[in-house]
Parts: sequence; structure tokens; C-alpha cells
Amino acid sequence: MNDQIVLHYEIPSDDFTRAGEASSNVKKKLKKMGFDPEIVRRVAITMYEGEINMIIHANGGYIDVIITLDKIEIIFNDSGPGIENIELAMSAGFSTAPDNIRSLGFGAGMGLPNMKNYSDEINVESKIGKGTKVYAKILVTKRID
Amino acid sequence: MKDGVYMEKFFTSVTLNKELCKGCINCIKRCPTQAIRVRNGKAVIKKEFCIDCGECIRVCPYHAKEATYDKVDIMKDYDYIVALPAPSLYAQFNNLDDINILLTALIKMGFDDVFEVGSAAELVSEVSRSYIKEHKEKWPIINTACPSVVRLIQVRFPNLIDHLLPLAAPVEIAAKMARDQAIKETGLASERIGLFFISPCPAKVTAVKSPTGMLKSEVDAVLAIKDVYPILLPLMKESMDNMQDLRTIGRIGISWGGSGGEASGLLIDNYLAADGIENVIRVLEDLEDEKLQNLEFIELNACSGGCVGGVLTVENPYAAKVKLKRLRKYMPVANNHMEEREYDELYWTKEVEYQPVFKIGNDLKDSFTKMAQIEELYEKFPKLDCGSCGAPTCKALAEDIVRNEAKEKDCIHILREYIHKITDELIEIDKEIDNR
Repeated sequence: MNDQIVLHYEIPSDDFTRAGEASSNVKKKLKKMGFDPEIVRRVAITMYEGEINMIIHANGGYIDVIITLDKIEIIFNDSGPGIENIELAMSAGFSTAPDNIRSLGFGAGMGLPNMKNYSDEINVESKIGKGTKVYAKILVTKRID
Repeated sequence: MKDGVYMEKFFTSVTLNKELCKGCINCIKRCPTQAIRVRNGKAVIKKEFCIDCGECIRVCPYHAKEATYDKVDIMKDYDYIVALPAPSLYAQFNNLDDINILLTALIKMGFDDVFEVGSAAELVSEVSRSYIKEHKEKWPIINTACPSVVRLIQVRFPNLIDHLLPLAAPVEIAAKMARDQAIKETGLASERIGLFFISPCPAKVTAVKSPTGMLKSEVDAVLAIKDVYPILLPLMKESMDNMQDLRTIGRIGISWGGSGGEASGLLIDNYLAADGIENVIRVLEDLEDEKLQNLEFIELNACSGGCVGGVLTVENPYAAKVKLKRLRKYMPVANNHMEEREYDELYWTKEVEYQPVFKIGNDLKDSFTKMAQIEELYEKFPKLDCGSCGAPTCKALAEDIVRNEAKEKDCIHILREYIHKITDELIEIDKEIDNR
């Protein structure tokens, strides 16, 4: 029998109306599976932040979600401009979002910091001009049956 | 509701008239919680999924969905009856310029007294104001006057339960106060006194039969505004010349009848008010993902326009909102204020818990296996969401199959492929026979 469920989502570029579609889809599935609501919340927020990041900075990309009984892994892949200074990008309030994005209420510099806060492990790999890969893991510590 | 069973686990006030149901797909497509299936040519409501929003009642072209509520003739079952009119009732009539005309007509209809639900609403507004101020950690606080919204949060948004305003709905408070008052005035035993809510919506029937946040409702019966309306019309004409001064409601109370009314009574600016079940779900999804920031209060109503949009009302909800506005113009802001001793009685007495009704397995491991099966099955389906199988979407059919409630060949596309396959096989066999 399957010991993992893999979900794949293509994230379009520059379409804010579709931001959150993938995360709410995953949220719905996790709830139906009976994962602890707090875990579901952390996955949804981490994923939503990642989705928005891809839309704002990276001309879209794709997300793979791997669900197992004890952890949920989210892998964000884009072929955008890459992150120059990862450490700086991970600090709260730092943003390179242009003014037109900020005027939409995004680009507060909380994307990666929030992803870090809500996940148990995060790893960012980036190559300038090539793209960025973010790996986030959320452990399933509590179960409701 | 005298003989009703209280505290049913999954009570719903929407029922199906099998004779009228044609088995079409209108309701299964419209239901926001995917609670309806067509089985053997008739709609079936999955009670545990139903939130009593009334969408299926609105959309059914054959009027096969019916709301459960009490008929007017049960008024005779009690010795002393008090009418509890919802603020939305006031918005049903043309040219009503004095609420006392309407309230007097209720007495003429046979009620011994009237206790306006809007008056109790003013008390809820007052207590809400201090609760919100004292519970910043729970911002935004979500209103709990709409039973469909509370039910929706309870089954689908467990992370938001903590944000619910833990106060009884105005009708419950009105019923409690009216009962105390009636016992004091008449000396009758409590069970001889009937408290009749005149309601815009069937969800209130569920709130009475299977209450949230309390063990037992104080309301004895729920009458539909649409049933009372034609009785009141001639009586209102009669009441014009000899009306009694019964009104106790103020502007805040009457405003509760429309969307945004409850929030406006809080005297704060930092609130959001959404109405219509799809819009409500969108707000809750965004709120759960922390996309809505810096709000103190969120008012949600399942019906478009708020309570005036309830399925048991008569008037167009938006026209009704205009009438509410006209009525409140010359009214005092609020007529009802809390006395210290009543304060605690307004709060919920029972904890509201998450009910994971949509969960697909018995435990996480079981759900996990089943979710994998659903994903696999779903890939086989045409993804047209045509509804011909009786489920609203291909995804829902995949879920039903895994839950053992449907089978693959319920999908007409899969069935057709199957028929093609066996037809081809038959032709092959036929050829073989010919060749012999």
C-alpha cells in the first residue's frame, strides 16, 4: 500500500487571483484526513507564503507536497532570478518587492521568515539567474483519531 | 416542537419531499458543503454535512426541499403564549411607519404578549462590546447569531472555533427573559407558557432542536415569517386605530435584521461583514490562512442580505433592508441596557467542539490509505463534474466510492467505456462463432 501521497501544483506567474489555490486544496485534503488542525494551519500558511513568493518574485513555478503519516514536506521550485543573500531574505522585514506589489499589500518582508516560523525545518537553495528551491518540513507531532 | 427530541447529534431542518423530487442535479451542485447526493433518482441529504443554509431550498425548481418549522395551530397547545418577533419581520411590510401597528397585530393574532428579539439583541450588542474589548487575544471575534455559520465553523474550520463570540443568540435571551416575565405575571408553570419565535430561517429550528453552546433551548416553537405574514396583514389594518404601545426595540436592535447590523451596534469601525454562504466561506478560508489582519470583529451571515434574506421571508432581501433603514430613522439608538445581575446568563454554558464530519477514515492511518485511493480513483474519471452519477463532482464521487456509498460504474462515462468494451468482446465472440 502507498506510504506517501504526492501532490503536484503548477503556480502561474503574476496571477494574484489564483494565489492560495494550491494551499487551500492541500488544506482541504489534510482536514479530511484528520490531521491535527494546528498542523493543517501551519502547512497552509507555509504553503501560501511560498505560493505568493513565487508569484511576486519568480514568475511562478511548481510545488510538490509529500504527505506521510509523520511529516508533511513542501518543495517549492522556481526558475526565477534567484536570491542574492539568503540570510538577509530570511530576516523579518527584508523585501525586494517592487512598489506596485507593495501597494497590493504584499511584500512586507515576511514571506520566508513566516515559512521558517511555521515549519520545523526549512532549507533554501538558490542560484542567481537560475532559480530557487525551498524545502519546508512540518512534523506531525500530535494526532487526532 | 413539543414532542421533538432534543439534542439529536445531527439534526437538520431541511427535508425532502420525495414525491416532488425529480432527481435533477440543481441542489447537489449548489450545496456549499456537498451534503446532497442523488441516489435511486431522489436527492438524499447527508445530515452530518448539512449546515442548514437553505441554499437547496432556494434553488430547487420543483420545491421538493422543505424547511421544518411549526405550524400556527400549535398556538393552542399552551395557556399563555408570547411572540418573539425577529427584526427581519418588521421589514416585510410596505408603508409600515410604526412598529406598534405590527406588534399590536401579533396580540390580535392570539398572542398574550410580545417580546421583541431585537430588544434582547441590544443586550447582546452591549455585552459583545465589552467582551471584544477584553479579549484582544481572540481578535477577530466572529459573530454567532447565524446558526449556519457556527455549524460551518464547527465542522470545517476548527482553528477558528476559539474566535467565536461565546454569547447566546438574541432569540434565546429574549425567550429566557420573556419566560421569567410571564411566570411572574401569570403565576403559571413554565411548561404552560409557550415562547414562539417568528423566524426568517429554518436554521433557527435546528438551533432550537439541537442547540450549540447550551444544553437546551428556551424557545418552544418556531413559526415561519411567511406563514404569519398573511395572517398579520388584515390585523395590522385593524390595529392602526387602536394600537398598543409595545415597542421596546431601538435602532441597534432593529439593525440586526440586515447584514452589517450586528457589527454596527458594536460602535467600532474595524470590522468586516460578509453575507451569502459562498462569501462567508471565502472569508473563513482567508481568516484561517491569516490573510485577514488587524480586524476586531467579523460578522458573517449565511443568507445574502443577512437575516432578511432567510428562506422563510416574503420580501426581497434588499428591498427589506431599505425598509429597516426607513423604520429606524426616528428611533432611539438603543432602548435596552444590561443590569448587572443578568450579565452571566448571556454566555454559552456548553463548550463548542470541533466535529470532524468530513473526515474520511477512522484514524489517521485509515484516512491516509483512503485519501491515496481517492486520488487514484479520481484520475480515472473524466473530471467534467457533470453530476450524472449523483455526486456534485468527480472528486466527490471518488470519495463516495471509498466510503462505500457509490461504485465506479455510477459514472456514466466509465459505464459507457465498459459497455463499449463488452460490446467489442461480444462482436469478437460472434466472429469466432461465424468462423467455426
